[in-house]
Amino acid sequence: MTVRIYVPCDAAALALGAERVAKAISEEIAARGLDAKIVRNGSRGMHWLEPLVEVEVSGRRIGYGPVKAKDVVSLFEAGLATGGDHPLCLGEVEELPFLKRQTRLTFARCGVIDPLSLDDYEAHGGLAGLRRAVSMLPADVVKEVTDSGLRGRGGAGFPTGIKWKTVLDAPGERKYIVCNADEGDSGTFADRMIMEGDPFVLIEGMAIAGLATGATKGFVYTRSEYPHAIATMSRAIDIARSAGILGTSVLGSGKAFDMEVRTGAGAYVCGEETALLNSLEGKRGIVRAKPPLPAHKGLFDCPTVINNVISLASVPVIMDKGAAYYRDFGLGRSRGTIPIQIAGNVKHGGLFETAFGTSLGELIDDIAGGTASGRPVKAVQVGGPLGAYFPRALFDTPFDYEAFAAKDGLIGHAGIVVFDDTADMLKQARFAMEFCAVESCGKCTPCRIGSTRGVETADKIARGIEPKKNRELLADLCNTMKFGSLCALGGFTPYPVMSAMTHFPEDFVPTPLIEAAE
Amino acid sequence: MNIHVAKGDIATRTTAIIDHLKHLEGPLLPILHEIQDEFGYVPQETLPIIAMELNLSRAEVHGVVTFYHDYRDHPVGRHVLKLCRAEACQSMGGDALADRVKALLGIDWHGTTPDGAITLEPVFCLGLCSCSPSAMMDGEVHGRVDAADLEALISEARR
Repeated sequence: MTVRIYVPCDAAALALGAERVAKAISEEIAARGLDAKIVRNGSRGMHWLEPLVEVEVSGRRIGYGPVKAKDVVSLFEAGLATGGDHPLCLGEVEELPFLKRQTRLTFARCGVIDPLSLDDYEAHGGLAGLRRAVSMLPADVVKEVTDSGLRGRGGAGFPTGIKWKTVLDAPGERKYIVCNADEGDSGTFADRMIMEGDPFVLIEGMAIAGLATGATKGFVYTRSEYPHAIATMSRAIDIARSAGILGTSVLGSGKAFDMEVRTGAGAYVCGEETALLNSLEGKRGIVRAKPPLPAHKGLFDCPTVINNVISLASVPVIMDKGAAYYRDFGLGRSRGTIPIQIAGNVKHGGLFETAFGTSLGELIDDIAGGTASGRPVKAVQVGGPLGAYFPRALFDTPFDYEAFAAKDGLIGHAGIVVFDDTADMLKQARFAMEFCAVESCGKCTPCRIGSTRGVETADKIARGIEPKKNRELLADLCNTMKFGSLCALGGFTPYPVMSAMTHFPEDFVPTPLIEAAE
Repeated sequence: MNIHVAKGDIATRTTAIIDHLKHLEGPLLPILHEIQDEFGYVPQETLPIIAMELNLSRAEVHGVVTFYHDYRDHPVGRHVLKLCRAEACQSMGGDALADRVKALLGIDWHGTTPDGAITLEPVFCLGLCSCSPSAMMDGEVHGRVDAADLEALISEARR
């Protein structure tokens, strides 16, 4: 029987040399005349082990990693094709604690299957959700999603089912499903991993959304920084169309739904839903005032569902296993699972999908193994460039929308960036303002002007110019931006700034020049 | 990419691109992407053609082109090196690395080396935050890069 050897084609694996590894393995297979083939899977999300090569031996997947091209000959010498022992051998991949501790619902297939094989997809439970949705009334599909408790995974946490119901109830000849795959937050890569590792789940989720709301056209708006995701997603859409999953009659239901990928052009603010819609329409990515809500007047003024990749990719499992199954995970009003992305200065970085409720400390110290540098953790930024910096004192915070909000933070798209004790929090606060100034769409004054003034004020604090007065000014600016901005860019930039100032006041007190001179 | 194109040629190729993509809903960004792929930047003389074909004002097209960081109004070097400047990469020494690269190339962000080999651009997140610092050379991604890796990439590109 042909041996299947898995070499990921996820961008993170490619960035660490997976292509060279695949080439070396392919040469070695040919040279040895082995009956083996290479399958390019997505990533399992254990990025410190990438490139993670796996081989299937009597139904079990044995892992080796991190593999470099120069290791390949010795791996074959050691009997890679039969799961032979080698210093890089990790044993059965599913048994690795990092994976075993997870609850993989949305990412169940990611890293397991060939992302572009529909057979693999179906063999691992794919399309069951869409098949069930096809046989149901739209309102019942919406009810199922509402009952699951799924909330927007892009960061805002708005109940997905309510959004869908609004679009279902909105009159309109033409409706759209827009997938927000403009994953610009530093520390996040879940959307990219799904699009590269299991694109059919997103297609299935969008098709279900189409059936549920009466929308016939979908767009995946992603980033130009994600060329691999764009390529995989586009190919998957073509395959799905050929297979009758998309097109004039979704799975023979007689209902139409089709979709395409659109690429942004390097504007962070287009991750904001209304700016994204303008960008899709071919306009400047300027934020729109709400109301009207996109659900009433969205893309080209038509009723539009706009959901994050992970929200839509979580729908198939909900439709397959039922709302109660999904809702039983999590705590409080945060139901289901959340793919947490652990990044930055961290030993075991990657994607960890788990039910809501795991504490921040457990995630950083235990699961991620602390910093890569081996130095103490000083701060973690949760939720991207607009998320708060939390000190160790807040590590008991459970990963949950409300718990983070109560500590003046947000979980956002669930990215965690870890910093060791060399981080300068005043510099990080300044960067948050600088980033906002660079990326502001310019429509509202607090964001456009406030961010520039914020950079200047942070610089004054750093130079020791009237530090007390300027700290107060910075706090005042943040207050204006928080309450006066039109969208989350200006409105949330105060989170990293204020949290840095509140939790790390020592970094905002410059060493007086006179002392430095002594 | 740093090729000199004749004016008439630009118009013909631009019109062909527009004809190919005009049927899309919201075709402007896809058209601009194609134009930049074709010429390496968005030449000024394409803007009136796009405006006319899409029934937009020239000001609207100009507004869109200048809004997005990706679109350039001038040619770039033969290779484009993008370095991530976002937080995850900062936490792994990205700032110091960027300073090294700038010094090595003798240019600042958005600059092109005098030999026309490399243009250096900042990027805010490549989604490789668990393998920081990260870089992209001509669309190819590189993770956990250090100064030596980047020096090797640069000398490779200069060959």
